[in-house]
Amino acid sequence: MVAIGVLALQGSFREHAALLRRLPGVSVVEVRTPEELMSVQGLVIPGGESTTMALVAERWGLIPLLRDFLSSGKPIWGTCAGMIFLAERAEGTKSGGQALLGGLDIAVSRNFFGAQINSFETQLGAPECLRKFGGEDVFRAVFIRAPAVLQTGSGVEELAHYTLTEQEKDPAERLLHFVCVPLLCLCLTSTGGCGRLWVCVSFHQEPTSDLQWHQLFADMVFAHAGQTAVEQQAIQSSQDALTGRTPARPADLPVYGKQHLALAQ
Amino acid sequence: MAQQPQQATFAVKVGLAQMLKGGVIMDVTNVEEARIAEEAGAVAVMALERVPADIRKNGGVARMSDPAMIKAIKAAVTIPVMAKARIGHFVEAQILEALGVDYIDESEVLTPADEVHHTNKHNFKVPILCGCRDLGEALRRIAEGSAMIRTKGEAGTGNVVEAVRHTRAVMGAIRALQTMDEDELYVYAKEIRAPVELVKQCKQLGRLPVVNFAAGGVSTPADAALMMQLGVDGVFVGSGIFKSGDPAKRARAIVQAVTHYNNPTILGEVSSSLGEAMVGIDCRQEGFQSYANRSE
Repeated sequence: MVAIGVLALQGSFREHAALLRRLPGVSVVEVRTPEELMSVQGLVIPGGESTTMALVAERWGLIPLLRDFLSSGKPIWGTCAGMIFLAERAEGTKSGGQALLGGLDIAVSRNFFGAQINSFETQLGAPECLRKFGGEDVFRAVFIRAPAVLQTGSGVEELAHYTLTEQEKDPAERLLHFVCVPLLCLCLTSTGGCGRLWVCVSFHQEPTSDLQWHQLFADMVFAHAGQTAVEQQAIQSSQDALTGRTPARPADLPVYGKQHLALAQ
Repeated sequence: MAQQPQQATFAVKVGLAQMLKGGVIMDVTNVEEARIAEEAGAVAVMALERVPADIRKNGGVARMSDPAMIKAIKAAVTIPVMAKARIGHFVEAQILEALGVDYIDESEVLTPADEVHHTNKHNFKVPILCGCRDLGEALRRIAEGSAMIRTKGEAGTGNVVEAVRHTRAVMGAIRALQTMDEDELYVYAKEIRAPVELVKQCKQLGRLPVVNFAAGGVSTPADAALMMQLGVDGVFVGSGIFKSGDPAKRARAIVQAVTHYNNPTILGEVSSSLGEAMVGIDCRQEGFQSYANRSE
C-alpha cells in the first residue's frame, strides 16, 4: 500500500484523486498542509491556475517543503499548471513572475495557445511506457489554456508530442526553433542514484476516463517505495484514509465526451 | 495516428471550469484591480464596468462592458478573463467571443435584454455560464448549453443570505432526488420545469452535471468557506473585495479561505485584521430590488 498525495490547493485535484482511488494498493491524501505532504510517497500536482497554487503554497510555507520533497527523489507528476510549477524556467508568467519549484530542466510557456477558444482535445500517440497497460495506440488528451514545453534539458525524455496546426503556428519569433512539442512530457530517470522520477504533461488527463497515466505514475511510486502493485486489493473507499477527513461534499463530475453532456466511453 | 484536434467539445468547455475549482473569481473594473486580484491568487477575473454594488447605487441600464476595457484587462493578466453579457443578448455574447474572453457570464446583474429567452449557448465556441436559484433553473440553463453554473445570490449586497438560500435549494433538491423512485422523476421534472433527462443525470451523479460556483453576496473569508462547506466548487466575489477597506488583503484572505474551507483554525487566522468589510444591504428592506428574480 502506498500513499499518493494530490496537491489540493486549487484546481482539478478531486478528479485526480478519484482516478487514483480506483487503483489497487493506492491510498490517496489531499495535501494542503506540511503534515499531509510528509505522509505521502508520491505527489500529483494537478491542473488549475499555477499563480493561485503558488501563492497559496507560499502563504503556508509549502514551497521549501515541496522542494525538499522533490530533492528527496520521490516521484512527482505535474499536469498543466503542475508542470509549470516544476519547470526551471517559465515564460508568460504574470508580471513580477511567480514562484516555481523548479528542478525539472525544461522551459515552458504558459498559456501557449491563447484564449480558451483555442483550447482543444485530441488523440496523441501513446508512448512505449504507456502501452504496457494494454491500452490503444493513441490516448485522449485535453488541452485547456495549456502550456508548451519550449526546451528540454539533458535527462529529459519526450514521451509524446503534439504537432501544431497551421493556425497555431505563431508567426512571431517565439516559435522559430520549435516545431512540435507542446505536449510534452517526460519521464526522467536520473543516473546518479538519487533516482528522480517525474512525469510532466501539459495536457489534462484527469478529465478523461483513461487510467493509464495514473497507473504509470502509481507504478513509479510503487517502485520507489520498494513495493510492487498489490494485485488483489480491495478498491479503495472514497474516504481519505490518512486524514480521516470526510467533507460533506457532492461527488465529482463525470468524464465527458465531445457532445453536450454526453459521457465519454 | 493522431487525429485533428477538436476545439469547443463539451469536455473542453467544462474542462476550463474544472481547472477553476477550489478557486475565487473576482469582479474587477480596471487594470489595477485586475492586477491586485491576480496577485492575491484569483483563478480568474470578471471584467465589468461597474461592480454590482455600484450598479445598484447608480441605477440605469447595465450593459456589456467596453471591449477596450476588457482587452486592456486581458493584456494585463495571465489568468482567465471572463466578461458579462446581458441575458438573451446573444450579440453581446458574440462580441465577447470575438474578443477572446475565456468565459462569458450571461448574467442577471446586467439589465436583461430578453425577459423570455436566454441565449442559445450551444451556438458558441466559448463556454458560457449562467446563474440559478434552484435546481430547475440550473438544469434549464444547462439544457441551453451552459457549461458552468453559479448560484445567483444577490449581487452587490454584501449579504450572503440569498447565496445560501440558492445553494441550499440546489443541493437539497439533489439530495431529495436520491430518495426518489425512477417513476417519480417524470412528475418532479415537470414540477421543476426541467428536462427529465437532466434530472435523471443529476440523480445518478449526485450533483449538477457541470461545475457549480456560488455568487452574490460573498464578502468575507467565512462567507466563502460557508459556501464551500455547503458543497459548491468555488466562489465568485464581486463587490465584496473592491468595496472593502483593504481589497488586496481581503482578496488574499478569501483565496486562502476557499482552499482551507474545512479548517477553522486557518480560517480564523486569515480572517484577522482585514479592515472594513463592505457595508452591505438587508435584502428584506423596503424597496430592495432583487436581481436574482429578473430571470427564470
